Amino acid sequence: MSAVAHVDDHSHDDHGHHHKETFITKYIFSQDHKMIAKQYLITGVLVMGFIGIAMSLLFRMQLAWPGESFSVFEAFLGKWAPEGVMDADVYLALITMHGTIMVFFVLTAGLSGTFSNLLIPLQIGARDMASGFLNMLSFWMFFVSAVIMVISLFVEAGPAAAGWTIYPPLSALPMAQPGSGMGMTLWLVSMAIFIASSLLGSLNYIVTVINLRTKGMSMTRLPLTIWAFFVTAIIGVISFPVLLSAALLLIMDRSFGTSFFLSDIFIQGEVLHYQGGSPVLYEHLFWFLGHPEVYIVLLPALGITSEVMSTNARKPIFGYRAMVASILAIAFLSTIVWGHHMFISGMNPFLGSVFTFTTLLIAIPSAVKAFNYITTLWKGNLQLNPAMLFSIALVSTFITGGLTGIILGDSALDINVHDTYFVVAHFHLVMGISALYGLFAGVYHWFPKMFFGRMMNKNLGYVHFWVTAICAYGVFFPMHFVGMAGVPRRYYENTAFPMFDELTDVQVLMTVFALIAGAAQLIFVYNFIRSIFYGKKGPQNPWKSNTLEWTAPQEHIHGNWPGEIPHVHRWAYDYSKTYENGEYIIEGQDFVPQNIPLQDNEEEMNH
Amino acid sequence: MTTLLTLTVLVLVAIAIWQMGKIFELSQLKADTSRAQIANDNDNKNQGYLLFAFLIFIYAITIFSFVKYSKFLLPEAASAHGQGYDNLMWVSFAVIFFVQTITQALLHYFGYKYRGEEGKKALFYADNDRLEFIWTIIPVVVLAGLIIWGLYSWTNIMDINEEDDPLIVELYAQQFNWTARYGGNDNVLGDASVRLIDIDRANVMGLDEADPNATDDVIVKELHLPVGRKVNFYMRSQDVLHSAYMPHFRAQMNCVPGMVTEFSFTPTITTEEMRLNPEVVDKVKRTNVIRAEKAANGDSNSDPWEFDYVLLCNKICGKSHYNMQMKIIVETEEEYNAWMESQKTFAETVLPVQ
Repeated sequence: MSAVAHVDDHSHDDHGHHHKETFITKYIFSQDHKMIAKQYLITGVLVMGFIGIAMSLLFRMQLAWPGESFSVFEAFLGKWAPEGVMDADVYLALITMHGTIMVFFVLTAGLSGTFSNLLIPLQIGARDMASGFLNMLSFWMFFVSAVIMVISLFVEAGPAAAGWTIYPPLSALPMAQPGSGMGMTLWLVSMAIFIASSLLGSLNYIVTVINLRTKGMSMTRLPLTIWAFFVTAIIGVISFPVLLSAALLLIMDRSFGTSFFLSDIFIQGEVLHYQGGSPVLYEHLFWFLGHPEVYIVLLPALGITSEVMSTNARKPIFGYRAMVASILAIAFLSTIVWGHHMFISGMNPFLGSVFTFTTLLIAIPSAVKAFNYITTLWKGNLQLNPAMLFSIALVSTFITGGLTGIILGDSALDINVHDTYFVVAHFHLVMGISALYGLFAGVYHWFPKMFFGRMMNKNLGYVHFWVTAICAYGVFFPMHFVGMAGVPRRYYENTAFPMFDELTDVQVLMTVFALIAGAAQLIFVYNFIRSIFYGKKGPQNPWKSNTLEWTAPQEHIHGNWPGEIPHVHRWAYDYSKTYENGEYIIEGQDFVPQNIPLQDNEEEMNH
Repeated sequence: MTTLLTLTVLVLVAIAIWQMGKIFELSQLKADTSRAQIANDNDNKNQGYLLFAFLIFIYAITIFSFVKYSKFLLPEAASAHGQGYDNLMWVSFAVIFFVQTITQALLHYFGYKYRGEEGKKALFYADNDRLEFIWTIIPVVVLAGLIIWGLYSWTNIMDINEEDDPLIVELYAQQFNWTARYGGNDNVLGDASVRLIDIDRANVMGLDEADPNATDDVIVKELHLPVGRKVNFYMRSQDVLHSAYMPHFRAQMNCVPGMVTEFSFTPTITTEEMRLNPEVVDKVKRTNVIRAEKAANGDSNSDPWEFDYVLLCNKICGKSHYNMQMKIIVETEEEYNAWMESQKTFAETVLPVQ
């Protein structure tokens, strides 16, 4: 291990920061992990996030005021909103693309891509990723897939509209809905490229964490962020290829007349030739990725929270080993619970029993994590920076959303709430909102690291946080009741059932909260962009953090550290550590960075 | 008008927030140090209080939702297994609310109580095996209980058998409507395949005319079920995935092209009885007030509503997914038999070969 690090040291010290960089190699085809992280942040979070959230606001308006004419609909949807009234097909397209963009482009690539790239080399003490070239390739493949996905919004018959899970036969047959034509083809092509990009990225993260840790950085001294990114990458490598196989088979069914997922279909007056395939097979393949995907989205957010919370509480994260064990347990279990999305898909009910069992097991490590976060706050000296508030709120939504998983994971109880708004409320809180909070926590916390020491404005951050936190509950808490009243998801309007008439008021309430929350994100965008150019420079280590990235200079240099890479002598959580006489280890400062050697008389904890 | 008003309010709120941000920013100008954007004691105090207020907000929105929205929930289960389902649901909810109330309180209270102050010393507290053991084992025990109960219910609900002489019904899904088929006098469904569909001869479900079991099958567009008799549903779809969702009976199963899926339940409350259920009476009253308002506005979809059980499609299936429904009528055995008498069999409805 250490030998590799040394070799790396020399090679970089020798030629690392001499070669001239042009605009193109520095800002566009950059192989520097810090630049690539920013590219992911801007493409994935700002651009794709804006599109994804804007779509949700459009369909929320349709749900609150069904059939009403809005000029924004006409402006954005054009022919899909004749006289400003949203069309039913485009409603389905909007929810489909909202799901796809948010899950894959914002929360997978945007979150993991940004912070894995930024933090893995900086926090483990490496000059860069194991392969800068593959890393660059990974980003540009992501970029291409994002461009194709956006292009698909503009094709003649509309983008994919079969739900983000694109279950065949609906997604396979262009005569079943207009979105299953060119729009779906582009969706599949885009996702195939996305998967390749994700795999390149993940392999790079894994290799980097295993091989390029600096001297002294044993696995048990890794910050929890790195543990989370590392395990996330492993889950990605295991499960994304399965989605690729599902996508390829679906492409074959669509274009080459195979029958992997299709059988016995009579549509628009004719029998199709498909025979012997099964849509349930597709569901298995899709959810074999789809469920781990939830944790691919969530684990980085939890890792960021661990780090931000510990730093700002001025306390070690409680139960480091239990946290690592929970991440590993969640990762393992996440690959054997996919069937809980399919309790009523027609698969064998016995299989449902097995998946109920494994699903409820996953609640245990999740509970341990939640309790450990709460204990980390106990008797702390909490520095309530915006990043810290987002981390606390993440724990809050993670608990609220996670608890309803007890109902959905129970095959018996799932029967009546499956595919209702109860599910929508559940997963938005537990993975959507929680992961977004983790993302925001990360951006506020590491913004100075990304932009040369500049800081985001904290007061705008506070306003952004409180409006978002209140609105998130305002949207998704009442939504549980809509689901329990039996309202199915993916309904263009609920007016066809008088039993849902009285729920319109709830829909209006949720939509108003959603619109305010959407507006609040503009505060973030404004703060973000403004701070890039006009943000005040903060201190070298603004949050008084222990991890290695704050020992690197604020100015970005290729290779991260001028001179030698710092060595590591302790874990990342020596906050407020004292000698037996109650004095801080380093006089006058309540933290001991990882690169500080063990002091005389200091007791090393065996974590 | 309402729309315009709401949008105006939103724009004003956005402007207000923006202005607030500006003011905050201006007030910060004097403290021109590099640590200006890092939380100071004052921030910690304010944000700590706000965290406490947020805890109250979480409780408030919970109570508000319960008080205001509980009446929207589905009425009592109208099926034999539904009662047990509802019990398990409420026990799970009790567990959830207990945990939710306590953990949110601890989280936000700690956020408030331990807000930072310059010079305060945090407790270096990295591990406690006993604590961690306790909060691992408690979820294990509670979840084990819920799993065992849940799996017991699940196994019972999904055990579809021919005991107790069940009524055999096929639910047939297509974009965007439902059809039901009864086994007829012999209570056996005839063979069917999409390859045998012959629209011109009104064989829309593709029944096999050579199968004697098919001749007496009854195909209908409104599902009638006798109260108290077990019904075994066999589900098919001819085009894309659909899901037969009967929320009042706590019943749902996907309809998958290429295979036959099954669900079974025993209806226990007739439509007439359910209409007299006080919760349902109230709901109908509330709904009809809304519908009367709509009628006053000249809205077409505003006829007074009478409660009926419904079958909804609950798997995205295309443009009119939101309106793919079938009425379900649960009635007494006699009423059911009389209705069945009046229906035509497949043999009577299929047209002769031209």
